Amino acid sequence: MGAPTGRGPRLAAASIFTGCLACATPAFAEATAINTADTAWMIVATALVLMMTIPGLALFYSGMVRKKNVLATMAQSLAAVTIISILWVGFGYSLVFIGDGPWLGTLDRWFLAGMTMDSVNPAARTIPESLFMLYQMTFAIITVALVAGSVADRMRFSAYLMFSIGWFIFVYVPLAHWVWGGGFLGTAGVIDFAGGLVVHLSAGIGGLVAAKVIGRRQGYGSENLSPFDLSLAVMGTGLLWVGWFGFNGGSALQANSRAVMAIIATHLAACAGAITWAAIEWSTRRKPSVLGMISGAVAGLGTITPASGFVAPWHGVVIGVIAGLVCYWACTSLKQRFNYDDSLDVFGVHGIGGMTGTLLAGIFATASIGGTAGLLEDHPQQLLLQLYGVAVTLAWSAGMTYALLKLVSLFVPLRVSREHELEGLDISQHGEAIQ
Amino acid sequence: MKLVVAIIKPFKLDEVRQGLTNIGVHGMTVTEVKGYGRQKGHTEIYRGAEYVVNFLPKLRIEIAVSTELADKAVDVITAAARTGQIGDGKIFVTPIDHALRIRTGETDSDAL
Repeated sequence: MGAPTGRGPRLAAASIFTGCLACATPAFAEATAINTADTAWMIVATALVLMMTIPGLALFYSGMVRKKNVLATMAQSLAAVTIISILWVGFGYSLVFIGDGPWLGTLDRWFLAGMTMDSVNPAARTIPESLFMLYQMTFAIITVALVAGSVADRMRFSAYLMFSIGWFIFVYVPLAHWVWGGGFLGTAGVIDFAGGLVVHLSAGIGGLVAAKVIGRRQGYGSENLSPFDLSLAVMGTGLLWVGWFGFNGGSALQANSRAVMAIIATHLAACAGAITWAAIEWSTRRKPSVLGMISGAVAGLGTITPASGFVAPWHGVVIGVIAGLVCYWACTSLKQRFNYDDSLDVFGVHGIGGMTGTLLAGIFATASIGGTAGLLEDHPQQLLLQLYGVAVTLAWSAGMTYALLKLVSLFVPLRVSREHELEGLDISQHGEAIQ
Repeated sequence: MKLVVAIIKPFKLDEVRQGLTNIGVHGMTVTEVKGYGRQKGHTEIYRGAEYVVNFLPKLRIEIAVSTELADKAVDVITAAARTGQIGDGKIFVTPIDHALRIRTGETDSDAL
């Protein structure tokens, strides 16, 4: 969703406009009223973002692991959907979006207490509060699901569940409140349209820390760990790509031009990212790989996320190219240099992408699009604000992820036994296998 | 009776089958196998991770023929499966002690 900064006047204008339209209906006494077009779009956007996790991310991730771990990888995405949804309704939504304390919201909406058919959240006055709650739920789900990719092929399922619940409570909830719920980062003026900090950087750095703590896969660097079926990953990428229209477009929280601008920039960034990654491979390794194209597309999508809704369409192309270059470097040179086994490149694609996009938003932000000016419009302070947001997110997510993993390891080993890892997680964790 | 086992490149299967049908061999068993010989493997790269794949996909054909037909079958397979490139495969011929058709109980040459 859009940061409060810079969208106040536009939102107010839209609210007054829709409010006047609704004056014809006496039941709506308030100045703002539910807009049916906004509501329809946000219902669709909510479905699109849920589709990004199941089956989008589930396919994207499981296509890149080995055959013996495909079901276990899908199970992680499924578990995130089921558990985080209930936690979000229970207290997550309330702690993030109710009350605007600098550090955390309140528990007033505990299990949606007090939410009515007519209530709206101040952040989105033209759609039902229930829909706003549901839309934001899908963001929490995919963020938690993203982290698991770095420790694919080796994390114990029970440990993953405990870690995910803790990560949601101690990393996602505070960060989302700080940036979007009226907390100190949003108030300071940090912009993050759809989750470069809250979703991608937090999941990416969390993934990196988890990969370091849990350790490399058996046979990493010596055995063939090639993907089971990249065609699954291509299908997953397609679903993610389309779903991202709801992720970034929906973050306008209204069916308006800003939503469309965000979608255009998003699509162009995905295209430019895919072309860039494939071009690098073609020139340095003589063949453009399918995995390279989809990696570039997802890198472009993750990188444009914080900037979409604040930048012009052509900025999407520039940001996509930069995403392809930087994320390619991170997934190859950087990873090899530091010798960590981020199995599915959660850090290389989402962490680096989210960080780069957040900074680029500070450069390319265009006042006429999102109400905030960036470096190119003579407002260099915005870039410093973005840097501040990156630093806080990095430090918080890394520190809390580390602490949580250490805490979980007191109750259950984070990693499966050597035998179970060689046998595969499908059979050892779930008692099933793909024949 | 002879058992002729041929390891061939997968895309040569149809030509081999056609050639064998033409000389009166009316049955074969085909299995997808992996292996290597002089061709060695190839390198696959996934986001910068390089893996040397030693075992390449091949097809293994088994046919049981009368002793008289065995040499001819070997010639036909050789002609059909050859590209001249390294990795064309190999043919092995071994004797069969006994053969039986399960449905009828016919044995040896009647069972082929």
